[in-house]
Parts: sequence; structure tokens; C-alpha cells
Amino acid sequence: MSGHDFDLAVIGSGPAGLAAAALAASRGLSTVLLDEQPEAGGQIYRAITETPVRDRHVLGPDYWHGAELLGPLRDSGAAHWPGTTVWSVARPREDGADGGRTLQIGLSRNGTAAMLTVRHVLMATGALERPFPIPGWTLPGVLGAGAAQILLKSSGLVPSGRTVLAGTGPLLWLLAWQYLRAGAALDAILDTTPRGNWRAALPLLPAFLRSPYLGKGAKLLLEVRRKVKVIDGVTDLRAEGEGKLSAIVYRQGDGAEQRLAADTLLLHQGVVPNLNLANATGCAQNWDETQRCWRPTTDDWGATSVEGVSLAGDGAGIGGALAAEHAGRVAALDVLHRLGRIDRAERDRAAVPHREALERALRGRAFLDTLYRPADIFRAPADDTIVCRCEEVTAGAVREAVRLGCSGPNQAKSFLRCGMGPCQGRLCGPTVTEVIAAERGVSPAEVGYYRLRPPVKPITLAELAALPKSAADIAAVDKH
Amino acid sequence: MFRRLPDIAGDRVSFTIDGRPAEARSGDSVAAALLANGVAACRNTPVSGAARGPYCMMGVCFDCLVTIDGTGNRQGCQVRVAPGMAVETQDGKRGVER
Repeated sequence: MSGHDFDLAVIGSGPAGLAAAALAASRGLSTVLLDEQPEAGGQIYRAITETPVRDRHVLGPDYWHGAELLGPLRDSGAAHWPGTTVWSVARPREDGADGGRTLQIGLSRNGTAAMLTVRHVLMATGALERPFPIPGWTLPGVLGAGAAQILLKSSGLVPSGRTVLAGTGPLLWLLAWQYLRAGAALDAILDTTPRGNWRAALPLLPAFLRSPYLGKGAKLLLEVRRKVKVIDGVTDLRAEGEGKLSAIVYRQGDGAEQRLAADTLLLHQGVVPNLNLANATGCAQNWDETQRCWRPTTDDWGATSVEGVSLAGDGAGIGGALAAEHAGRVAALDVLHRLGRIDRAERDRAAVPHREALERALRGRAFLDTLYRPADIFRAPADDTIVCRCEEVTAGAVREAVRLGCSGPNQAKSFLRCGMGPCQGRLCGPTVTEVIAAERGVSPAEVGYYRLRPPVKPITLAELAALPKSAADIAAVDKH
Repeated sequence: MFRRLPDIAGDRVSFTIDGRPAEARSGDSVAAALLANGVAACRNTPVSGAARGPYCMMGVCFDCLVTIDGTGNRQGCQVRVAPGMAVETQDGKRGVER
């Protein structure tokens, strides 16, 4: 082997990763697909090979489309390593013996850490739910709607008892529709979509009218609205209970507080790029004002600011599952070009159909982003709300730190420890950015984001210590 | 809490929660198995002692930390339940010995 284990490592086996790995391997790159989950599919196609939900109508045709991505991966010859957690991507201290530039991936499989050397890394790390900080969101019985959908896909579990969905965005309605199909009862949907969003979204409607999502989305929404009590214009929301959720308190518009007894509250206000690995690898990122989130900066081909590292799919900015698939293929073609397998003209020619499909899949996205943009109060919540779940830091504490001179999320770490717990800012980063920006009266772009560092997932000291060491490694720490 | 849909594939798996016998389905994560058994809270936080339960189910929130077969701070949503597995809820920090 000439100094590397694989030409390409694709990290994440959702739609972008599956499509990218299949294309790259079928065109001759030695490719490994790494994923933390036990099966391929990512979160959108979670448990696609083994869901216990037998009735295909429950999860719907968009979910089952994911199964079509598995055959090409199998046929491509790409190695597939599920159950593999990647905790770092970095340039090795010395380059390969053949002088080629390589990247080193730190990973854990079955409780054992290992380093993998590759020529290119394509991150397809997908999305995670945007934090929805309300008072009481840390109570047992309050979960993300995406979490509840994972329970349905992978275990055939639906809520029992009094169940309320709250928030905004397509996934909230999709989950409600899937529950109806599965025969699960919902007590209410509290819709937090700000009423003013319609006005802002209206100019973007023409593009959405040509979107593939329109027909499906409208039908689904109407069906849910016909069968479930929907409370629109919710402007205030909190969860209450001693040790677990017992009630939800909300206000509609300027109205008085209302109370709903509840056993399960499922929260959702959109998804944001899962950027921890890219950030920790040193990839530049920028603030997306429309989607109100950070996204790693990429060019048209998914290339990041770090040489040898590309990104595709929702991890590079939210576009949805179909867009991710096409973006994965576009990025894979660029990797083929960079590694000398195809020339530039061939890359450009081969990308044409994928770019067209990508454009179709993204049509109407700006309308959805604008319509379902969460209200200010749910992005930068009231003082008594916990924003950092790990270290239990409230929005009020963050604002107080700003008044003491804390200028951004990185300083907030030393003031408050917020963002320093095991989730490494995944559940508080966007909120802390917004709270500090609002308090300082500047753009989130100006306050910045956490500077994340590897390992991006916790590993044990025993795992680290068991890593193979070179003579130079040992000499570096040896007592003289 | 959560209930299983009636027409569901998968084998039954016996395991324990804090020593009590419990049942899950093959393919369940430990966090899913806890929720299916009516256990919403799986730990108390090291910071304030507040109860927490599974929140994200995809390995990012670290709220479903439990002790599995004697090893503390495992992410319940990232580990599959296995026959005979001993799952324990956690109180505060992981101990140095586990």
C-alpha cells in the first residue's frame, strides 16, 4: 500500500454519503463509507434495511426511496463500515512516503480506536434538529420530533398517553401524518410559525409552486389539519412537571395563558447543519441569514477551505434528502477529478444531470426557509430558559456574561462553561450565538461560533492509549 | 409514554433495568427500550441533580447516558439492547471505577 488505506473516506451514510460513495467507488476510487449508526440510511432513511414497521404506508414513499440508494452502494465495491464513530480528521505530521498529501481519520469501532489514512475526505454529516429552548425542555417526556420519528422508524414506537407536537417546519407535519397513518392519537399541535412569516415568504411562492414538495406537502398538511386539533399562532411555550413532563403552558397571539395536561411533548423548529466535524477539522464556516444557522463554507463542488476535505448534503446547508443525494454525486465527481481519475472536462460533463436534479430538488427551498423561520423568542429565549443542557446555563446567564464583556460563544465557554459538556455545543451553539448577537445588537456573523476541537465524540483514555505509536511519538514524550 | 405498534417485526429481547426484568425488541437501542418500558428519566445530572431522559435519539444530545453492563456514561441511543444486558440508570457523574 502506497501510504494510504483508501483513496476516499465518506463520513456519514445518509443520502449524500450513500450516493457519493457509490459513485466514487464505481468509477474506481478505493472508497470507505464510515457511519456511526449500525445500518446505512442516516437519520432520514434510518433503519431503512430493517425497520420493524411492516405497513409501508406508515412511513410513506419518500422514506422508502432511501432503499434505492443501497443497491448501487453494494454494487460499487465501496467498503461500508457501520458502527464506526469518527472523532477527528487531520493532516498527519509527516506526509506519506510517496510524497502524496494524505489525511488521517481517528475512529472507533467496537470500542477500539484506530487511525485511517486516506487521500480525500468527503463529509456527509447531515443535519440535526435546531435547538428549541423553552423553559422545561430538559424534562423527561419532552423529546425532539426527529427523535420521535427515529423511535417510529427503528423500533415501531409511537407515543401513548396525552401527546402534543409543538413548533414549526415540514418535519412536524410529516411526523403528525405518519402518526395518523400508524393509528396513534395526538391531542394537539401547537404551531409556532410566526404569522408575519407568510408576508415575508409570499414573494418566494412562485418558485415553490414548481417545487416537487408542493403537492405532497399540501395534501399532508390538509389531512393533518382535518384530523388533529391545531392551535395556530403560538407565541409563548413552556413545559412543566416535577421530574417529568405533566403540563404544557402556551399563549396564542396576545391571548391569556392556556394549560394542557400532557405526557409527551415533541418539539421541532427545523434542522441545522451538523458541522462539528467540519469545524473541528478547521473548515471555514459562514452565517446563513435565511436559514439562521452556521454552515461550512463550500464551493460549487462541495470543496471546503481545507485541502482534501469536501462536504455534501445537509451538513453543508439544509436542502433536504433529495438535494443531498444529488449534491453527493456532484462532490464525488470533483473528488475523482482532484485525485486524477477524470479530467476537468469529464467532471463538468458528468455533473450536468446531477446539477439539474439538484436544482429541481432545491426549488422552493427559500420559501420553506422563510415561511418556517422560527420566531425570535424561540431562537433567543427568555432569561429563565436553559440554553446549554449539559452545563445547565440559562439564557439570562449568557446575557449577564455579555454585559460583563463576553463578546462571543468562545468567551462564553470560559465565563460559564456553556458548550463545554459532552454534547460539545450541538444543542446550545446556535442559541448561544443568537442570544449574544441580540444582546450586543450585532449580527451572528460578528459574534462567531464555538471553535471545536477533536475528539468530536468522546473516546476513552484507554482507547487513545491503545492506538499504535510510532518511534517518533514515543520519543516525543520519553523522559530524557 | 411510548407503545409498540401492533404489527411489528422483530424478536423479543430480555434485559434488565436497575435489576428488574424488562423486554425489548431486537433492533431497539437501549434508549428506545427504556422508553418502551415506561422509563422516561434515565439519569440525574451531575450539575443540579435534575432528571433527564432521551431527547435526540441520534447521538448528539448525550442526555440518555446510562450504565450498560457495568460501564457508565454509555449513550443509550447508540447502543443496541442485547439479551441479558444489564442497564442501570445513573445518579450524577460517572464513577472513576466504572
